[in-house]
Parts: sequence; C-alpha cells; structure tokens
Amino acid sequence: MSESASANAPKPSSSVKLVLLGEAAVGKSSLVLRFVNNDFQENKEPTIGAAFLTQKCTLPTRTIKFEIWDTAGQERFASLAPMYYRNAQAALVVYDVTKPSSLTKAKHWVAELQRQASPGIVIALVGNKLDLTNDGGDATGASSAPQAESESAGQDEAEAGEEAEEQLPASGDARKVSTREASTYAEEEGLLFFETSAKIGTNVVEVFTAIANAIPESSLKTGRGAGGAGQTALGSRSGEDSRVNLGDRGAATAKEGCAC
Amino acid sequence: MTTPPPESQSVNRDELSDENSTPSSAPSPSQAESRNRSPSPEGPRPPLPPRPNTLSLLNDETASRNANLQAEATTAVSRAEIGTLTPEAGGSAYSTLAVRGLSRGLKARASLSHLASPKGSEAGDSASIRSSIQNSDAGDVEALFKDFVATAPGVHPDAATLLHFPEFPADDVDDDDFMAEFEPVGELNEDAGNEDLLLQRWKSKHKHYMILSAAGKPIWTRHGDGGLISTYVGVVQTIISFYEESGDHLRSFTAGDTKFVIVTRGPLHLVAISRMMESDTQLRLQLEALYMQILSTLTLPSLTHLFSVRPSTDLKRPLQGSETLLSSLADSFTRGSPSTLLSALECLKLRKVHRQSINNALLKTKVSSLLYGLVVAGGRLVSVVRPKKHSLHPGDLQLLFNMIFEADGIKAGGGESWVPVCLPGFNSSGYLYMYVSFLNLRGNLDDNEDISKDESVAIVLISPDKESFFEMQGMRDSLVEQMEKNGSLKMIAAAIDQGRPATTDIMPGTVLHHFIYKSRANVQFTMSSYSPEFTSISRRRRLMSVYNNIHSSIHAKNSHVKVHHCVSRSASSFAWVTPIFELYCVAEPNANRNALVQSASKIAQWVQQEEERLFIIGGAVF
Repeated sequence: MSESASANAPKPSSSVKLVLLGEAAVGKSSLVLRFVNNDFQENKEPTIGAAFLTQKCTLPTRTIKFEIWDTAGQERFASLAPMYYRNAQAALVVYDVTKPSSLTKAKHWVAELQRQASPGIVIALVGNKLDLTNDGGDATGASSAPQAESESAGQDEAEAGEEAEEQLPASGDARKVSTREASTYAEEEGLLFFETSAKIGTNVVEVFTAIANAIPESSLKTGRGAGGAGQTALGSRSGEDSRVNLGDRGAATAKEGCAC
Repeated sequence: MTTPPPESQSVNRDELSDENSTPSSAPSPSQAESRNRSPSPEGPRPPLPPRPNTLSLLNDETASRNANLQAEATTAVSRAEIGTLTPEAGGSAYSTLAVRGLSRGLKARASLSHLASPKGSEAGDSASIRSSIQNSDAGDVEALFKDFVATAPGVHPDAATLLHFPEFPADDVDDDDFMAEFEPVGELNEDAGNEDLLLQRWKSKHKHYMILSAAGKPIWTRHGDGGLISTYVGVVQTIISFYEESGDHLRSFTAGDTKFVIVTRGPLHLVAISRMMESDTQLRLQLEALYMQILSTLTLPSLTHLFSVRPSTDLKRPLQGSETLLSSLADSFTRGSPSTLLSALECLKLRKVHRQSINNALLKTKVSSLLYGLVVAGGRLVSVVRPKKHSLHPGDLQLLFNMIFEADGIKAGGGESWVPVCLPGFNSSGYLYMYVSFLNLRGNLDDNEDISKDESVAIVLISPDKESFFEMQGMRDSLVEQMEKNGSLKMIAAAIDQGRPATTDIMPGTVLHHFIYKSRANVQFTMSSYSPEFTSISRRRRLMSVYNNIHSSIHAKNSHVKVHHCVSRSASSFAWVTPIFELYCVAEPNANRNALVQSASKIAQWVQQEEERLFIIGGAVF
C-alpha cells in the first residue's frame, strides 16, 4: 500500500487536510478505502465517529500527502462535523446517484462548508455508486482529466473495472440523480464534480488528483521536506494555524479528570 | 414437553450454612440474597443504570476490599462452626473450610438420596475413607471436598436416574445449523409475497431480542425488521401494557421451551426470547447490556429528553448506524459470552515484569488530556492506565471491546478512529472520545485483513476532550515506539501466539475439558483454551450452556450453595464458589467425580500461583 517510490529527485511535499461529508451509506468510507488501499468491501459496516487516514498523491511538480477525515454520515454525528472541516483545505461531499435525498443532503453540506469552513476550501461534489447505473464503468466525470496517479493503482482499477462491467446486469439502471442536475449545481457553486464508483474504482483517484491540483499553491504548507516520515505531530500542525484543534491546551487540562 | 426449572433437576448440593436453609432451590424472589454473596465486589446485579461492578483491583480500594472479603469469610466460619456439632466433625483437625465442607456434605447427601441409588451411595461411603486420607495432605482446598467426594456414587448413575436436564441440544445441531442463527432473514419483496417465508425463517431462530419504546414503536430487533414482525411487536406491547395498566411489571414468562424476559428501562422495553435454556437472570443481564449500548450511543439525558419531548419518538433514527453494535453484542450472547455470564473481563496472560514494562510505557507517554489508556489484544486486556480516582467498569469495557473487536465499523475504517462514546458505567450523561489504532504485530503482513479477531491488538486512548485527537495520536506514536524499544510488542505477540492453556497443559491427564475461573476481587476471569474439545461454534455454545446452567444453579437466590456438581447427557460440570473466586469446570459426562474435584482444586492452586500473570492487579495509576 506504500506509495510508489518517488522519482529521482525529492519533490516538495505538503500535507492537505481533507474531509469527507455526506449522508449515511453513500460510500464515503468506500471511496477512501479505494483511494488509500485500493480495496473494496461489500456491505461495509457504517463508520462510527470518524476515521483518520493518510495517503500520498504524486503530482508532476510536488507530492501531496492527504490527511483524510472520513466522517460518519449519521445525523447524531453531525454536530461533530465542524471539528473535522474547520481547518480542512479540501472537502469531498458525497451523494449516492441512486438516491435523490442524498443529493439534497450534500447541498446542505456544501452550504455549511461555504458558510463555516476556511474561505479557500476546495470542495468536490461526488456522485458515488456509478456501478449501479447503466453508465457503469464509463468515466463520465465532468472535470479535468487525471494528470498523475500511482501506476499500480491505476492498473488494478482498469482490471477491476473490466471485470465488474462484465458482471453488470444489462438492464436495471438504478440512477435517480441525473449527471446534468448535479453538474449544473456544481458549476453554479464552483465545485469540482465527479461521478465515481468505489466498487469498481471509476474516477476515484481522479477525484483526489483533481483536488490536489486545485489546491492553490499559496495555501500549501511546504515546511517539511519529503522526509517528514509520516507522523503529523501536534506541534507541526499547530504552528501553522492558530485555529488548530489543540491550540487550547489549557482548556483540555482544566477538563481533565472530571469528565462529568 | 415439561420444563421445570433446571435447579430442581440438577444434582444439587446445598450448604448448611444456615439452619433454615432448605435443599429446595425453587427461586423465591422475596428472599434476600445470600449473606455470603452480597458483600462481594461482584454484587448481585443491581438494577441499571448505576453500574454494579468496577474493576476493583484496578482500583485503589483493592486492599480494603480484600480485607472485607476475608472478614466475611471469617464470619461465615463462625456460623459454620455452630453447625458442625456432628459426629463426623467431632475432633476434626481440619481447617474451618473443611469443617464447613463436612456440614455441607451431610446436607448434600440428604438431597442427593433421590438421585443416587442406595448401592452407589454405599460404595461412595466406603470410598470416602480412602479418599479423605489421600487428600488429607493436600491442604484446605482438598479438605473442602473431602466429604463431598465421599458421597460421590461409585458408579455413574445411569441415564434413567438422570432427570431430563435442559441443555442446548448442540449435539443435534451442527455448525451450519447454528450459523443459520446469525443469518439475516432477508428483506420483504415489494408485494410482500415472501412474507410467509421470511416469517418462517424468523420463527426458526433460537433467540430473539427486541427493543421497543413504551409507546410501542419497534426500535431494534435482532432478526427481521419492524415491518415484518410488526404484529408480533404489537402482541408484545399489548402483553406488557396489560400488566402495566394494573400497576404491575411483567418480568418474564415461559411458553413451552421458550422463555420471554422483559426489562423496562425508562422509556424502553427490552425483550429477550430464548429457546436456548438460559435463565431469567442471564437474559436480563444481556438485555441490560443492550440497554447500556443504547446509552453509550445516545447518553441517558438525551434518551430521556427525546422521549420527554415526544413520547412517540422514533428512536431508530438517532440510533442509526449503531444497529450493528447491538447486533454484534446480541450475537456474542447467542454464541455464549463468558464475559457477560460472569460480568468480568479477561486479560492476556503475561509475565508480571512484561506487564509492568507496558504499564511504565503507558505512564511515561501519557498526555495531559488522557483519561483511560488501554492496550487490548482481541478483547483481552493487556494493560491499562487510569487516573487514581476513576476505575473502569467491566460493562463499559465490554461495550468498547464489542465495538472495537466484534463489530466491523471501526476496523473496516482502515485507519485510526476517533469515536464519541458514552461509558454509562463511568458517567451516563456525557460523551468521552476514544482514539483507536490497531497495531500490526506481524511485520510480514501488509494489511490487517489476515489477522483474526483474537490476534488483533488495539491501542485505545480515551479522553474527555473532543479536540484531542492529535494529542492521542502523538501518545500512541510514542507509546508504540516505547513498546517496540523495550520489547513489549514482541511479548504481546508471543503471548497471543501461545494462547490460552489447555487443561492438559496445566494438569497432564486431567479429566477436565475446560474451566473458567473468576477472581471476584479483580472482577476478571481466566479460562482454558477452547481447543481441542470446543473449537466448533456449536460445541462452544453447548459448553457455554453448561456453564450457564451451573452458574444459575449455584447463584440461585436462596440456595446457599458453595459446591455444585451436575451431570447431564453431554457433560459433567462442577462449580465451586468461595468469597475469593468462582470456578466452573466441565468434563466428560461420565467423569469420575473424585477426579473432577481433585482437578478443580489443582486449577484453583494453579491460578493462585499464576495470579499476577493471569490478572491485572493494580494496573498503572496516575
């Protein structure tokens, strides 16, 4: 699962905090697992709370290390969402192309992000479960073509895609949200837009690559070199942004010992 | 088919610790708990939400608790001595324990007389002299059983004299059948054409759990969904409210071989329906654990609030996503959970110095907002760090372990998790935040996929501060680094590989197939390996049923039983309860009782020798 060895010369590396939001069971975790492990689990159990994962994405000019917050979609976790998107530079708002209500929910998330998140946040609207539609594995993503991705992952996906297409039933298009409807909305709001299938891998790496490309150079922290060795310690983050989670250590200490 | 309560059918030995105690063990709710048991730290399962147990040896009050226990034992002795003015005890140099054993023996013989043939009893009596001499040098523990052994019939009573003992008929059920218990009944078609089929599947389940609101709304059911079984939920609701209207509470009833148990907590009715011969108490414990899971998801104030605002609230929505936690908890009960049965925890067996070095690593790397830190290997506690004034509640840990190791929600996330969770035993009114990270102790595997549940090791760090994820992550990193450096990770991996000891590892040639030992003061248990006898899921379930039976007999409310031997078609089981521990053993149905008893006392000795390896005593405190 380790990212392919970087090219001869070390590229500048920077980390990007990304959050996934969207209704329960639209496939947020599956998208992340496809991107991070190139893996897919049928009938995955719902995420509890939030999961934190990292994955590198190599662009021609630099390496982006995504720090991904995969949040649970259930309503009772919604109040925790601000904690995850607060300092995020990118957000993936996911809906299910077979479920119109999930697009409505996605629009709410987009509005909340535009209102509350960092002004420069890059938002991608993602319609998942494309494998359930007649478009199947066809890449109908409206946005920019992928520029770079890890080679091995790309191959696996291609194979997986072919296999799955063969198995797809000829009829039974479950699509309930048209590409046009969602892409029009995305255009109006200035969002990146993709339709994906985490199951067969369609467009998954492309989404993340497009986000990596869309992050303004200026907002990238390039403090640490490529040899940052993975671990994002507290210090390195809080130095960058005064709003970082653990800035208020005093408060934490005060609470300690009496969670009551 | 008649199903009298199991207590009255087992070979029951009552202790004569009270003059008015009777051999009859028909439960009589009006009677108070046995004096011997009530002061134990385990307690007699009081009503929830207040949590009955703390992991008390993880607590500073350990010493005083132990002192209490001993004081209690002494009292018992003085009581027992009054009852030992019997010819057999006269002039006996046995310890007080032995004396009590004798008096009990007399009583037991009386109660056994209808089961053991006279001939057998005689043979046993003649054998008793020999056996008591054999055992006399083995100390108090053996002496406790001296007279007990004496009454053992020389021959195994034939099947006809055994009353039909209710047990889960795993002999007739193969693994596939038992696995079907956990399979979904399926979804209704659009035209409900398959309803009959689904209901048939639903009815074939051995065990059901349902949770409904006081207003009768189905909230969760283990099998099927609210739509499919709405009529049944309606019937349940009607029956419950029929009693409530007359100011009464329906607690349980039996129909044929099916037992119905109802627990009402605030605005919720929790119902268990079991055809697996479990006792009321056991089913009630299971339902209470399910209720705890709901509290853990919602917190008590928000649950109360939801229903006080709108009594007809549909709780399904706020609970969305936690159904799998309820289901995996329910399934662990259906498979049989020693942890729930005993309300105790299991620890990974580890040398004391190794555990100490993990404790030290935890203390050294502890960050300021940490409340509890745990290292857990497949549901077995490896080490724990906690503040001095807060202990850990086994029920809370059971919920956490269920979430981390049984339900897939966290593990399948593939990364580190940050989970708001309410620990109702700790504080049912608010959330704590739990950081979970799985360790990969097998360097050669690049994924956790191939690691079974029992082998996965998790670092669990709990904080009251919801913003402290990165602080916990930092602690995890330095903790793992420390444990790597001092070799602890290797020790944990080795301990996992070694697994639980088989009974024959402890005592070569023993008749015992399996045992469970609960240390009452530590609220922890240890047990032998399931293999080779109980590796299949149905055999394991049968084993747990045997334990369930013997546990409920020995803990029946008005039976002051200390030692209990029970023979059924499939197993011979033996329970021994003292103020310090509870020991349950299982052997072949025709195992020699003498051998069984000797093995049991050897196990008790072994556990005492290994105590500091088998249990976490103290833990790391800051």
